[in-house]
Amino acid sequence: MKNVMLTSMALLFFVASYAQTGEEIIKRVDKNISAENTVSEITMVIHGKRNQRTLKAKSHTVGNEKSFTEYLYPAGSKGTKMLKLGNSLWIYSPSTDRTIQISGHMLRQSVMGSDLSYEDMMEDRKLLDVYNVKLQGKDTMNGRNCYVLELTAKITDVAYYSRRIWIDTERYVSMKQELYAKSGQLLKVFTFSDFKKIDSRWYPMKINFKDALKQGDGTDYIINSIKFNQQIPDYIFSKAALKQ
Amino acid sequence: MIAFKLAFRNLFNAGLKTWLNVFVLSLAFISLVFFNGMIDGWDRQAEVDTKDWSIAEGQFWTPGYDSYDPFTIKESHQVLSHEVQQLIKNKQVTPVLLTEATAFPEGRMQTVLLRGMDVNQDILKLPLEKLKGKKNAVLIGSGMAKTLKLKKDDELMVRWRDKNGTFDAITFTIVYIFDCDVPSIDYGSLYMDIEALRKLTGMDNEASILISNDKNLTAIDSWVYKDNDFLLADIKEIISAKKTGGYVMTFFLLLIGLLAIFDTQVFSVFRRQKEIGTYIALGMTRQRVVSIFTIEGATNSILAALLGTVYGTPLFIFFTRHGISLSDTADMGSMGITASDIIYPYYSVGLIGSAVLLIIISSTIVSYLPSKKIANINPTDAIRGKVS
Repeated sequence: MKNVMLTSMALLFFVASYAQTGEEIIKRVDKNISAENTVSEITMVIHGKRNQRTLKAKSHTVGNEKSFTEYLYPAGSKGTKMLKLGNSLWIYSPSTDRTIQISGHMLRQSVMGSDLSYEDMMEDRKLLDVYNVKLQGKDTMNGRNCYVLELTAKITDVAYYSRRIWIDTERYVSMKQELYAKSGQLLKVFTFSDFKKIDSRWYPMKINFKDALKQGDGTDYIINSIKFNQQIPDYIFSKAALKQ
Repeated sequence: MIAFKLAFRNLFNAGLKTWLNVFVLSLAFISLVFFNGMIDGWDRQAEVDTKDWSIAEGQFWTPGYDSYDPFTIKESHQVLSHEVQQLIKNKQVTPVLLTEATAFPEGRMQTVLLRGMDVNQDILKLPLEKLKGKKNAVLIGSGMAKTLKLKKDDELMVRWRDKNGTFDAITFTIVYIFDCDVPSIDYGSLYMDIEALRKLTGMDNEASILISNDKNLTAIDSWVYKDNDFLLADIKEIISAKKTGGYVMTFFLLLIGLLAIFDTQVFSVFRRQKEIGTYIALGMTRQRVVSIFTIEGATNSILAALLGTVYGTPLFIFFTRHGISLSDTADMGSMGITASDIIYPYYSVGLIGSAVLLIIISSTIVSYLPSKKIANINPTDAIRGKVS
C-alpha cells in the first residue's frame, strides 16, 4: 500500500511538472536571468591543445542589444575594447590605435582565440522568437533535476538549426546547451556551473564554451563579480568610448 | 677584311689569355640562355597548366565576386538563366558554385572553399568523374592532402552555412587525391558534385562562376567576363620577377667577362704602342686602327658564342628532354606559385639570337672604349714607346 502511494505521489509530481510547456519554462528562465543591465568582471581561460591562456576583462551589458568589453589582462591584450550595438560590432586595438568593424567573413573568427566566434556574440534574438520549443523529458545533471527542451528553428535565418537545453527544475537556470547543425551534427556545447544566488536570482558563475568539432577542452568563461541594474553612463556604448 | 684577319691572328697569338676571356664570356652566354630558357619553359607550362586546370578560355563571374576578396564569396551566386543553361548543355561553359566552409581534420580548424562542379564536365582536367554515384564525397589536391595530413578514403568533418546562414556539417569521404601544379586549384579547396552542394546550401540551380571553353564567348547577360590576360596576370608577374632575378645573376657573369675584355684592351693599347704607331705611319687612318682593336675585342664574344654552342648544345638538349627537377629544392605550390615538379626549358631562336647579340654588342662597346684612346696618339711617340 505504501509503495502504491509513493508511486502515485511520484506520478502526480511528474504530471504536475509536465504541465508546464516548453515555452513557459523558457519564459521563466528568461525572467530569472534578465536584468536591465549588468556590470561584470570576467576571466576567460582558453584551453588549447598544449597550453592554456587566461584573459581578464570588464564588461557592461544592456539586455542583449548593447555590450562594451574592455580587456585588462594580459599585457598584450590590455586596452583592447569591443563594442556591440545591435547588429554591429567594433574592436579597438591599442597597439594600432585603430577601430575596426567586424563584419562578414570576420564574424566567423574566434574571439581572442577562444571557442566563441564573434557571430556567437552577435546572437541577440530571443529563443522563443526563433525556435519552436518542445519539452522532451527530464534528466539529472550534477545531482540536480532538469527539464530537457528541444528547440527547432521556426525561421530560416538562424545560425543553429536546433538546440537541446537542460534547465534546472527548481532554479530555472540553464545547465547545459547543445547546438546542432541542420544535419543533426553536434556543433557546440555550453555548460553552465558554479551557480550563485545574487539578488534573488540564480546565476551561473562559470560557463564552458566548447566547439564540438575542435580538439581541446573549450573556453571557460568565469564571472568573478557581477552587479545587476547599475547606473551605466550612455557614453560607454559609443564608438568614442573605444579610444578612451 | 684585313681588320678581321689581324684581329683573329692577334687573338690566337695571345693564347691562354684569350681562351680564359672567351670561356668566362661563354659562361655568361650559356647562363643567360639557360636561365631565360628555364623561365620561358616555366612560363609556358604554368600558362598551359592554369588553362587546363583552372581557367580554360576565360571565366564569367557573378557581379561583385572578386577572387582576391573572400568577403565577396558569400553573396556571389546567382540562378542560371535559360541562356546559361543552354551554354552548359553545349559544353561551352561549366558552372562552379563556391561556398566558404571550415574543415576539421583531426579536430584542427582549417578554412576551406567548397567548390561544387559538374561531374560530367570535360572543360577542365579535374577528375570530377571520380565523384559519380558517391554520396558525401570530395576530391582534394595532393598538396592540400599533404598539408592536412589526409589520404584517400579518409573522412573529413566540414562545417558551412547554407544560403540563409544556418550552420550545417557533415562528414565527407575523400574519394580521390589528384596531382595538380596549380596552387589555387590544389590548396584550400574541396571539390564536390555541384548538385550535392546546391542541395546542402539550398542554392538550387545557382552558380558563382562559369568557366568558358569558347574563346569567342566574351559576354553573357548578368555575368562579368574575365579574359585570360586578366586571369593569368599573377603568374606573368611572378615569372617576370623571377626573370629580373635571373638577369641580375647573368649581369654579374657578363660583367666579369666584359671586365676581362676591357682589361685586355687597355693592356693591349699600352703594350702595342709601337704596332699602333707603325700602322698609322704606314698610312692607316686612326679610325681604322681603332676599328682593328675594337674588332679584336669583339671577336672574343664571337668565339665565346661558338665555344658556348659547342658545350651548351648537348647540355640544353639534355635539359629539354629530361627537364629540371624542382621537387627536392622547393615546394613551389605551397608558396602559391604554379610550377610542376619538373620544368622543361624552352630555348627559342629569338632567345638564343638575342643572347648572342647582347654578348657581341656589349663586348664591342667595352672593346671600343679603351681603343678610342688610339685616336689621340701621336705616331712618333707611339713608335718610340712614349705614350703613357
